[in-house]
Amino acid sequence: MSAQRSRLGLYALVGVIFVLGLGHTVYRHLYFDVPLIPGQPNVLWNIEARVEFFAAGEEVEVVLARPPPQPGFTRLSETGASVGYGLGLEDKGPYPVAVWTKRRAQGLQQLYFRIQVMRSHLPWSQRYIAPPPPSRPEPMEEPFATAAEALLDEAYARSADSASMARQLIDALSNTNPDQNARLLLDGFPNVTLAELIVRLLQLRDVPAATIQILLLEDGRRRQTLRPFLSVWSDDEQTIFPLGLNEEEATLPYLIWQATGGSVLDLAGGSRSRVTFSMVRAENRSFGTLPLSSSARQGWWDFSIYSLPVAEQTLFKTILLLPIGALIVCVLRILVGIRTSGTFMPVLIALALIQTQLLTGLAGFLLVVSAGLLIRGLMSRLHLLLVARISVVIIVVIGIIAFFTVFSFQMGLFEGLKITLFPLIILAWTVERMSVLWEEEGAREVMIQGGGSLVTAVLAYLAMTNAWVQHWTFNYMGVQLIVLALVMLIGNYNGYRLTELRRFRAMFEK
Amino acid sequence: MNWRMVSPGRLREAGILGMNHRNVDLISRLNPRRLYPLVDNKLKTKIALAAAGIAAPRLIGTLRTQHDIADFADLVGPLDGFAIKPARGSGGKGILVIVRRRGDNFIRASGTEVDLDTLEFHVSNILSGLFSLGGTPDVAFVEDLVRPDPLFRDLSVEGVPDIRVIVYRGFPIMAMLRLATRASAGKANLHQGAVGVGLRMADGQAIRAVQFSKNLESHPDSGAPLKCIAIPEWDRILTLATRCADVTGLGYLGADIVLDRQRGPLVLELNARPGLAIQMTNRAGMLPRIAAIDALDAADFRRPPEQRTEIVRRLFSASAPPHV
Repeated sequence: MSAQRSRLGLYALVGVIFVLGLGHTVYRHLYFDVPLIPGQPNVLWNIEARVEFFAAGEEVEVVLARPPPQPGFTRLSETGASVGYGLGLEDKGPYPVAVWTKRRAQGLQQLYFRIQVMRSHLPWSQRYIAPPPPSRPEPMEEPFATAAEALLDEAYARSADSASMARQLIDALSNTNPDQNARLLLDGFPNVTLAELIVRLLQLRDVPAATIQILLLEDGRRRQTLRPFLSVWSDDEQTIFPLGLNEEEATLPYLIWQATGGSVLDLAGGSRSRVTFSMVRAENRSFGTLPLSSSARQGWWDFSIYSLPVAEQTLFKTILLLPIGALIVCVLRILVGIRTSGTFMPVLIALALIQTQLLTGLAGFLLVVSAGLLIRGLMSRLHLLLVARISVVIIVVIGIIAFFTVFSFQMGLFEGLKITLFPLIILAWTVERMSVLWEEEGAREVMIQGGGSLVTAVLAYLAMTNAWVQHWTFNYMGVQLIVLALVMLIGNYNGYRLTELRRFRAMFEK
Repeated sequence: MNWRMVSPGRLREAGILGMNHRNVDLISRLNPRRLYPLVDNKLKTKIALAAAGIAAPRLIGTLRTQHDIADFADLVGPLDGFAIKPARGSGGKGILVIVRRRGDNFIRASGTEVDLDTLEFHVSNILSGLFSLGGTPDVAFVEDLVRPDPLFRDLSVEGVPDIRVIVYRGFPIMAMLRLATRASAGKANLHQGAVGVGLRMADGQAIRAVQFSKNLESHPDSGAPLKCIAIPEWDRILTLATRCADVTGLGYLGADIVLDRQRGPLVLELNARPGLAIQMTNRAGMLPRIAAIDALDAADFRRPPEQRTEIVRRLFSASAPPHV
């Protein structure tokens, strides 16, 4: 029979696709050393700098230093928020800055600069941070000059290069029981930080050195200030000496905010300025976890998404997860027989859940859909045409979302804001479908299909956020072909569904 | 809720046709997409059936634009009873049945009295797509009222009982009687709560009655006994269904047939995706019957409908299970 022959053709095609996918996977593993096991998640830091000052009622210019490219971090995004200000992110000068300007400002002003960085061995820039231009220090007065010379001579004698000399000076000056020269200098410059004092000393010997400003990264900290660290340059190497940290602080990672000894915040047209920092740590697996050596060897034929810019990678990785969601839908609908409202709507809900986190997302979804159903129910008597009806539902859904967002924010529930991540049109269609279903088939069917959709969405969410699934889909394009083969195979399944085993039970009952 | 299940082996043994099997092997192979519009549009079905000389409720008139509604009163003027239907309504949506008149008003099948304005508003709703899939603009038509055979007097509440015949590759293979109930709100779909009574292919005798997957002895609303039903004019009904398959070209078809008091069997509508619950009303799976049809000689598929019906009645007379 011809049905038999076409089925053979299908199996052959499925086989070819499966072998191709498996082959590419094996090839990538063996040839490029792509690990089979997911690595550690990437650590992301969301940092917010808040600038506050009192404007004097004239034109205002605020210049805030921004973190320069540095080893150990990759910058993912930078934004500024400030009502009525013009904002420019400049990279041309000696160091990167954010510049806010306004023609006229009066009273307390608050400006925000936000940056998202990722701990990474992939270079944001491997660019070595250049030493500051040599500044001719003013000579010290006596008796400090003699004491400084004595300290420097001693440090010089005990050291091999600029870095070890700086280390000797730090030891001498931060000793709990400093010698006479060190005591004299420390007492003579009481308003100067240790880092600044050592920079002044080193500059006397023309050693390039600067006080740099760093931010200690600790999850959930607010209203932090920058710490001065000592940085010393010798030849092409920069050595950073963390100073003034307690034991706990010394274990924290840090981000260089100002690398060249210049100022962090410059203000014209205001006074009493200050800048504070808050930060949140996040983990994410959707960024590259491959060692640089393996991704550098890849060509276009390897279809590696790591050749794309980071922002495009994130977008693309979401797309790569969709087939997994589609596979889950196929399994649940064809093999299990769960009824859902809208074939792939559950996958879209799952995508939204990835953004909002599971429980927040589910609560928000149920809230918006039930509120939408209520209003749609009131509206059904108006007998509007379909397109207009859906449009009304969209507008109502936007209203509901706006209400809940503002309401939850006022209540101090920051999670409420995430509701906006649900695709609006999907929500509106869900409301419309459910209400039509309610009118035609009754509440029971709404529960069955709505529940089926949510169960499917949650399962798809669990699959799509699984560390292994993410690792495999992001790193092995061959997995997409394997999923394709599986879906084709399922599409050809003509056996019983799991739910039918229950449905047809009545056949055998007396 | 009862979660007890039966093993797939037992279902296979009983020859139950599952949803996946129906979709993959019957609908997608035997029912080409291009043939769907003919059955999904009741008006097109009606016209095609009339052209082929197949008996169906008489078409009184069609209303295609809101402007046509002005003619509605003239259209139904001489009629005592009639039905207003949307051409593309699904699951019995939008069907309004008038059984008689009282003065200027109309009495619906449910007994409620409505005036002309209400009917015109209903037609307007049909035209703007309230009942069609996806809300696309639709066409309304008016047809003769079916007056069911007196046999069915106590068997159906609010709706006309119909006989669903499954036709596979031009051979009727399974049939059931569908009775509307209060639970199904006058609709004949089993999942909405209608009662299904399985019918023997050999003689149209009832096999058993089922509502919501449960056995029934009598009609849940009227109490009329269900297991001694015997459908008259059985031969004509099966032949009618068979001819529908020939007209539409569909290899897997559900034909819904009513028995009119005066005109006998009439085709009400056709379905390209008939459901699977019919197997439960018959206490029999469809797969053995499909296999039996597939095993017939190629020449048998070219025989006229009357002879094919005769083949089926002989083929399935032995396999029909005894009365329950």
